[in-house]
Amino acid sequence: MADTEIETKGVKTKLRDFIVNNFLFGTDELHFDDDDSFLEKGIIDSTGILELIEYLEETYAMTIEDDELIPENLDSLNRVEVFVGRKMSDGKD
Amino acid sequence: MPAQFSLSGLLLDVPAEVERISDSVREILVKKLKRQGVVVALSGGIDSSTVAALCVHALGAEKVYGLQMPERHSSDNTLDLSGLVAGHFGIRTHFQDITLILETVGCYQKQEDAYRQVIPQYGPGWKAKIVLPSVLSGDTLRLFSLVAVSPEGKEIRKRLTLNAYLEIVAATNFKQRVRKMLEYYHADRLNYAVAGTPNRLEYDQGFFVKLGDGAADLKPIAHLYKTQVYQLAEYLGVPEEIRHRPPTTDTYSLPQSQEEFFFSLPYDKMDLCLYGKNHGLPDSEVAFAAGITVEQLHRVYGDIEQKRRTAAYLHAAPQLAEKIKEIVAY
Repeated sequence: MADTEIETKGVKTKLRDFIVNNFLFGTDELHFDDDDSFLEKGIIDSTGILELIEYLEETYAMTIEDDELIPENLDSLNRVEVFVGRKMSDGKD
Repeated sequence: MPAQFSLSGLLLDVPAEVERISDSVREILVKKLKRQGVVVALSGGIDSSTVAALCVHALGAEKVYGLQMPERHSSDNTLDLSGLVAGHFGIRTHFQDITLILETVGCYQKQEDAYRQVIPQYGPGWKAKIVLPSVLSGDTLRLFSLVAVSPEGKEIRKRLTLNAYLEIVAATNFKQRVRKMLEYYHADRLNYAVAGTPNRLEYDQGFFVKLGDGAADLKPIAHLYKTQVYQLAEYLGVPEEIRHRPPTTDTYSLPQSQEEFFFSLPYDKMDLCLYGKNHGLPDSEVAFAAGITVEQLHRVYGDIEQKRRTAAYLHAAPQLAEKIKEIVAY
């Protein structure tokens, strides 16, 4: 469990970097907080969600199943952090 | 609670609306576009048939030029139905099968290559379409899957990867863009304008290809809910076969409903939800009229908002770094 905490600690920071560099050209034009919805805030659209899924699958060597594709898991930095933490934790069981 | 609101909220004063649109079409052509008629691409569907009928009403049949442009994946009755409309309203038409053009630009090859990225066994004799999960059944993010059927009838469904999705959409969009290129060829040689055929659902939600079917000089029914388009179609005498045909995308090799490709609900329910949302009607009334739960209605509203955000790019004119004050758009 302690290992998982250490591994997931950087999830939000790395994801924020990914979003800022990939979708916002490295600028802070669309300031977003950790709880802001990516979709509602217009940070990424449904195509961007596909890109986010591939980023998470590659970065954390995980497979995201169809029934996990819900806003609750993927639509803010905090939600992704919890989701990734849970997936990694499940993988260690 | 009994519904206070139903499809009757969408009923038009049809004769008055037909005259209003006709006045608008004439004014647009005379005062703004300076063109002497209109080109309409006829798909055999309700929208293009109604636009053709409206333009005939507004301008006379001799000022309307219809184009029939089927391709390899068009349904068998596309040509019959579009021909029926043209004959019924007495408009000139030009037929051009665009399959060869699409083959030349690689549309079909690129589509199939992209299909094989997710379903490697896809090959000759297979058929495919892309589909979205239902917005009613759960809170799933609406991401496309590829559905392919082998010649033996075996169906495979796989979620699309980013690259496969983008490639399929890009290759498929050749169809709408080739048609639009030909529409403008005929419009240029006739000194006509191009009439686009989106209804309100399509225009609002971005159910069109940028610079494909989204390109036009005028869009006479873009303000009308689909239910209202049917009202005009009946009044204008659009043949019954067309008015009773279920809406289809007529774009992929497998038959594809507009609900599985784009909209959350069948058009009549979608109309009710969009109308209810636009007019701020109570959720319980709109949900009751549409035959869904309030929770499902909220998901439909969320989907409408998401599509509007995505459609902003499709509606956007070319963006300039600085405004040029001497140039005034209409």
